[in-house]
Amino acid sequence: MQRRAGGKGGLIMTIVYSDREDEAAAQVPMRRIKFTVNGEKKIAEVEPRLLLAHLIRQGLRLTGTHTGCDTTNCGACTVLVDGQAVKSCTMLAVQVDGHEIQTVEGLASASELHPLQEGFREEHGLQCGFCTPGMMLAAKALLDRNPDPTEEEVRWALSGNLCRCTGYQNIVKSVLWAAAKLRAQAPAD
Amino acid sequence: MQVPAQVEYERAGSVEHALTLLARYGPAARVLAGGHSLIPMMKLRLVQPEVLIDINGITDLCYINLTGAQLRIGALTRHAQLLESSVAGEHFAILHDAERVIADPIVRNWGTVGGSLCQADPSEDLSAAFAAMKGTMIIHGPDGSREVSAREFHAGPYETVVGPSELLTEIRLPIRPGGGSGYRKVSRRAGDWPVGAAGAAVWLDGDVITDAGIGLTAVGATHFAAAEAEDFLRGRTATPQTLARAGEIAAENCRPVSDQRGPADYKRHLACELTTRVLGVAVARARGLMA
Repeated sequence: MQRRAGGKGGLIMTIVYSDREDEAAAQVPMRRIKFTVNGEKKIAEVEPRLLLAHLIRQGLRLTGTHTGCDTTNCGACTVLVDGQAVKSCTMLAVQVDGHEIQTVEGLASASELHPLQEGFREEHGLQCGFCTPGMMLAAKALLDRNPDPTEEEVRWALSGNLCRCTGYQNIVKSVLWAAAKLRAQAPAD
Repeated sequence: MQVPAQVEYERAGSVEHALTLLARYGPAARVLAGGHSLIPMMKLRLVQPEVLIDINGITDLCYINLTGAQLRIGALTRHAQLLESSVAGEHFAILHDAERVIADPIVRNWGTVGGSLCQADPSEDLSAAFAAMKGTMIIHGPDGSREVSAREFHAGPYETVVGPSELLTEIRLPIRPGGGSGYRKVSRRAGDWPVGAAGAAVWLDGDVITDAGIGLTAVGATHFAAAEAEDFLRGRTATPQTLARAGEIAAENCRPVSDQRGPADYKRHLACELTTRVLGVAVARARGLMA
């Protein structure tokens, strides 16, 4: 499914689908796309119909991005494209050609958790954890834009992400915790 | 795992380029804007285009501006941009009311105004808002552009007058003095499609309604509008009784169907109640009594 190409270690990916013989499998169109994921430049060969969520999970093997509902409702597959939150089950991989993707794997550094991840730990923002990556990225998009959100603004920003465990209270607290920490870390004006 | 069927992909860099591609592929092609209706439908095989023409690179079509006495909205404007636009909110409170309840913030980041209109879902919110505001749509085709009124834009459920070789490029809303507008929606849960929704615009001369626009969605209103109720309001004084009667007329003239979102009689009730309430909002805003 994945192989290293020659040269400087560029990665070429192909996603394999089952041939159910219900479509014109003989004429599979392919596109070569270049994009950045969590700061790393990538090249992939994809079918135009490939969803971004599947490129991330199967192609890049970044399985932190979850697919929940497959119908643009639950937000578990939320990633950032050029800093904007998107439900990656509803964008085609070819559409990120030339763009920058950030997934939950890009939040932490080798030694430190991102304040959002710390916040979810400190405030018990997750139970089963399925919705958590989407919640964190939707929250990151909010905090990048608005470093000091009200509780209401956090709830509003997360209204496209569903959680079936926590009742949202602790998720909201986690995001507010992270916002406070990020503000404390930010250089004073 | 839901996956769309095989599809070819073309990226348009300009309106002219998109039109060339549309002319080449004809009805086999579908325009990909935000894709937040189209891609889910492709996964379910409800639509199966042979070619997608991606217009997301035509950034020239992302704008909201005032030109003379018109608000002009580029077809590729994202819902989030419209919701954040102060100029749109200042003149058309109905647009911000409606955008606040369309899907959710993440979907609004990518979903587009033009895409919503062209998808022509019978429960779509902006179609009702633009019908209430009596807007017009600019459609580009191989022989130049044409202007179509919002009330002639939809040909039926999931059908518009935009031809296979044409592209919706702009929505225009006339700004007239003395007006106020609003939008109210009832849905089963946050981010869902409406059970019923109503948008209204009124123009007052003192207490007299000189003109009114009423848009309805999800309740089977012809062209997303309640023309009979508008006719009733014109020339009358804006009293609660008058507005309530307009609500009744709107409900009498729509044709809701029972489905998983509710029975037809409930939806008809909603059409009446929401029309009455949103007319009250529009009147209060026209009088400067409400933000």
